[in-house]
Amino acid sequence: MDPILALTLFVLAVFLGIELISKVPPTLHTPLMSGSNAISGITLVGALVSAGTEYSTLTTVLAVAAVALATTNVVGGFLVTNRMLAMFRPRAPKKDDGEGGAA
Amino acid sequence: MSSEDLIGLGYVVAAILFILGLKGLGKPRTAVRGNQLGATGMLIAVLVTLADRDIVSFWQLAVGVAIGTGVGVLLALRVEMTSMPQLVALFNGFGGLASVLVGAASFFEAVGRGQDDLQLTIAAALTAFIGAVTFTGSIIAFTKLQESWDGIVVPAAPIVNVALVVVSIVFGALMVSDPDERLWFWLLVGTASVLGVTVTSPIGGADMPVVIALLNSLSGLAASAAGFVLDNALLIIAGALVGASGLILTAIMTKAMNRTLVNVLFSEAPTAGDGVDADSVYAGKVTSTSADEVAMLLDTAERVAIVPGYGLAVAQAQHAVRDLTRVLEENGTEVVFGIHPVAGRMPGHMNVLLAEAEIDYGALIEMDVINPTFDQTDVAIVLGANDVVNPVAREAEGPIAGMPILDVDRARVVVVIKRSLSPGFAGIPNPLFAADNAMMLYGDGKAAVVDITKSLAEL
Repeated sequence: MDPILALTLFVLAVFLGIELISKVPPTLHTPLMSGSNAISGITLVGALVSAGTEYSTLTTVLAVAAVALATTNVVGGFLVTNRMLAMFRPRAPKKDDGEGGAA
Repeated sequence: MSSEDLIGLGYVVAAILFILGLKGLGKPRTAVRGNQLGATGMLIAVLVTLADRDIVSFWQLAVGVAIGTGVGVLLALRVEMTSMPQLVALFNGFGGLASVLVGAASFFEAVGRGQDDLQLTIAAALTAFIGAVTFTGSIIAFTKLQESWDGIVVPAAPIVNVALVVVSIVFGALMVSDPDERLWFWLLVGTASVLGVTVTSPIGGADMPVVIALLNSLSGLAASAAGFVLDNALLIIAGALVGASGLILTAIMTKAMNRTLVNVLFSEAPTAGDGVDADSVYAGKVTSTSADEVAMLLDTAERVAIVPGYGLAVAQAQHAVRDLTRVLEENGTEVVFGIHPVAGRMPGHMNVLLAEAEIDYGALIEMDVINPTFDQTDVAIVLGANDVVNPVAREAEGPIAGMPILDVDRARVVVVIKRSLSPGFAGIPNPLFAADNAMMLYGDGKAAVVDITKSLAEL
């Protein structure tokens, strides 16, 4: 890829990211961080190519380690975000204790 | 359609899903879906990558993915919500290290094949630098949050840090002039790793939300830099999106503490009790109270505001708070929560803890919205928070001058639940504790809330 084209992509994506995130309410800051953190595990894609190419023993070892680390980042990140978000619930229209009453 | 076209198209779809995913994560109603879209994008990206003709062997990929999936699932399902900041720090670190390793592997390969050029070498140097700082910085943040290791003491940290940056640039330049020598690459990684430690070590607990947000941004930038090495548009785009979102959160956090990023990263931690004598603030003016008395106050209150701090997380008091909230609401009392932007150890941490205890997010009110309403609040309960409710911040000078605070002192009565009068992270006494309308309820946060709830039920 042409270096200027690559740089253009980078800059445009940064601006897009700023637009997307700047109005997020504080309630969602933690899930947003862990979710975006999982997306930064996209390095996995590069790691897969490097590891599968088998260019040399060194590059393969490095890349396989990267695959494991990036996969942890991706799988763990999306999963824990899902777990967190499942706990968020909107303010219930006051119908007093469907399930919590017995506790 | 060639396999390159397939991969390219798959990457476009993945990029779109990442963008929609991040957008979805920005609203409570769409957040779950947003996260799923992001995960779907990742799955598509991985699957189409396997069609790459350069991949000749799959078994080692399977091994790496299996290990990573196992560890990831285990960590994600077992973590306590109180430990969420540590986990995010750890994942950040993994992402950073993965970028370093990918950068290394593809840089060495390109050099070996004689396909390296100036652009590629600079990108590899940047990946090594950003990735290594992210890795060790995140690990130190992890051990600090875990309270297992507080990092190293760095004398004259700012000078050391600048020196390490200069040395990193020198090694980067050596990489450019002599790409065949792998030593320069590893020396750059080593230097940047030390830098990650020396930058993160002196940063105190209260500044952790800023650090976590910044490391989040860096892990994205490291992935993006690796994208330049690999000539991979998806890495560049996804990494840049994450880098930008982390930067926004960093900016929100530093603003909420009335500090600048430079100030957080390079200033010494404030020294305890600077110039202000705790005795002169507290002597004879502090009123202590009992759970029974607080219960009586709450029984007649129409509106109660609870202000939680990290102490709530430490005491694991979120479920006890939920029970108290339910009893009060059955009594017809309006209960709201005032959340300071930097309460907890990462952005939005308090909201997650309260959500875990099944408290509606509609009851969690942002600082700017709740502050004008403290005038009409009968009882404000401060639970495990200190500096974020310290009226000293309104004064022109002092360690926390200008920091936005929650105006709990404007409520009719303030109940402060706390073990002792010890200062918060800023190390200064809090005149709120000695205010005429304030009462101290000494004790463990959880036990105190349970006692109040019990007394309230007996009234």
